[in-house]
Amino acid sequence: MSPAHAGRAFLAILLRELLRFVQQRERFFAALVRPLVWLLVFAAGFRATLGLSIIPPYETYITYDVYVVPGLIGLIQLFNGMQNSLSMVYDREMGSMRVLLATPLPRGFLLIARMLSGTAVSIIQVYAFLAIAALCGTEVPPEGLLPLLPVLIVTGLALSALGMFLSSRIRQLENFAGVMNFLIFPMFFMSSALYPLWRVREGSVLLYEFCRFNPFTYMVELVRSALYLQFNATALAVVVATLLVFGTAALIGYTPARGGPAAGRPGGG
Amino acid sequence: MDAAANSRESTVKPPTEPAAPVLRVQNLSYAYGKYKALDAVSLELRPGRVTALLGPNGAGKTTLFSLITGLFDSRQGDIEIVGHAIRRARSRALAQLGIVFQAQTLDLDLSVEQNLRYFAALRGLPGKEARQRITALLDEIGLAEKRKAKVRTLSGGQRRRVEIARALLDQPALLLLDEPSIGLDIATRRWLIEHVHRLAEQEGIAILMATHLVDEVMPEDELIVLDEGRVIARGQVDDVVRQSGADNLDEAFTRLTSKSGKAKPGAQP
Repeated sequence: MSPAHAGRAFLAILLRELLRFVQQRERFFAALVRPLVWLLVFAAGFRATLGLSIIPPYETYITYDVYVVPGLIGLIQLFNGMQNSLSMVYDREMGSMRVLLATPLPRGFLLIARMLSGTAVSIIQVYAFLAIAALCGTEVPPEGLLPLLPVLIVTGLALSALGMFLSSRIRQLENFAGVMNFLIFPMFFMSSALYPLWRVREGSVLLYEFCRFNPFTYMVELVRSALYLQFNATALAVVVATLLVFGTAALIGYTPARGGPAAGRPGGG
Repeated sequence: MDAAANSRESTVKPPTEPAAPVLRVQNLSYAYGKYKALDAVSLELRPGRVTALLGPNGAGKTTLFSLITGLFDSRQGDIEIVGHAIRRARSRALAQLGIVFQAQTLDLDLSVEQNLRYFAALRGLPGKEARQRITALLDEIGLAEKRKAKVRTLSGGQRRRVEIARALLDQPALLLLDEPSIGLDIATRRWLIEHVHRLAEQEGIAILMATHLVDEVMPEDELIVLDEGRVIARGQVDDVVRQSGADNLDEAFTRLTSKSGKAKPGAQP
């Protein structure tokens, strides 16, 4: 595979994901509505009742809607990672993944390209969400928007890797909904997305420990730090480790012989 | 290839050395757990010839295609495409290959042109060359006016034509067609069979077409009959019919596959 071929193929995979995203308007709106409901309904309700003390990286008292923005960014990327995973299972079931994998490109390259293109879509969703949040009166630090970009690439890739790992383990599309229910909501709620961990510990030490071992907590904290121009080395280390573990497991475990037309079972033809 | 087949080759092309095989499969076996889907299959395909791979449902045709395209791995047996072993030189081998899978695999939300450009990029075709090939191929399959149409709006037959064009984008030496006529009307089936033979004759492509429909096999085709994962007959159509003691291919196919108890002349009304 020459560098020119690799570049052309990567751009094609990226462009295809972006085209599909733009053309599936419902998907775009659904991706935005979900965090906006949390921000404009849930957070607005809690804003009056929940006070937050000054905790890093914030240098002053903040309102609850400002606190949940990094968590909702994480939620967008989490859902997008799972959407990619669903899309890969669907593509495998429908057979279009077989067309991709039967091209003269290394399988690892194709899977990484899919992860990167999914991450690119999630980044567009995040910035669209931040723009709407700012328009609705939530304070979004403009100086943090650029440093946020590399962080979103790493967190997006880690969640895409998790999604791809799941898609490598799921045999059929029907099994997907169950896995999602047992993954997305526990990951989101057992993290620092909606409440600071010191508050969680006050309520339940056990839950606090779950939150501490949840990689999504560190993704949210990495985003929070970047937005306020701070560097959280621990969070970055955990996110990168998550990316490497699930990325490697997905690349090793992904096989077209699992699921798909006539794949992994006799009787195809 | 066995002795009978070799002697037939020598009668078909006596004046010259037979062309080097485009596809060589030797002693290939594959099992899904304890179920042996392919058992020591060997075959060779030469340029400019159509080979019909005839077998009832579950004979192992799709498994064979999955192995030739590198989607499945088998440690038992060898596959070479234009001299490149799929196990050792996967990219070079697949660069010579075009495939139309049994399930339709176009992206429904993209246009005909977007689908073809996506695939051209995956094959490494530069933009200008890709555009020229797409124009030529769409003219050839009679769908030039559908260039900008979303695939979702095309009929099943039109989608199949686009898939054939997609498989030919990179001018492959070997074209695999896995039951390409399933779900197509009679006129489209006729067009497809004629087009496939035209491709072999005019462009010298070696074509392996899996089917369970005996009326899709032309008298001039090479024929390989696969049943329960084994090659049970091979040769030119007349030879296979004569050797089976039958009067026609329909009857020969029934006789040859009757041992498994699931044969089924596949003549489609």
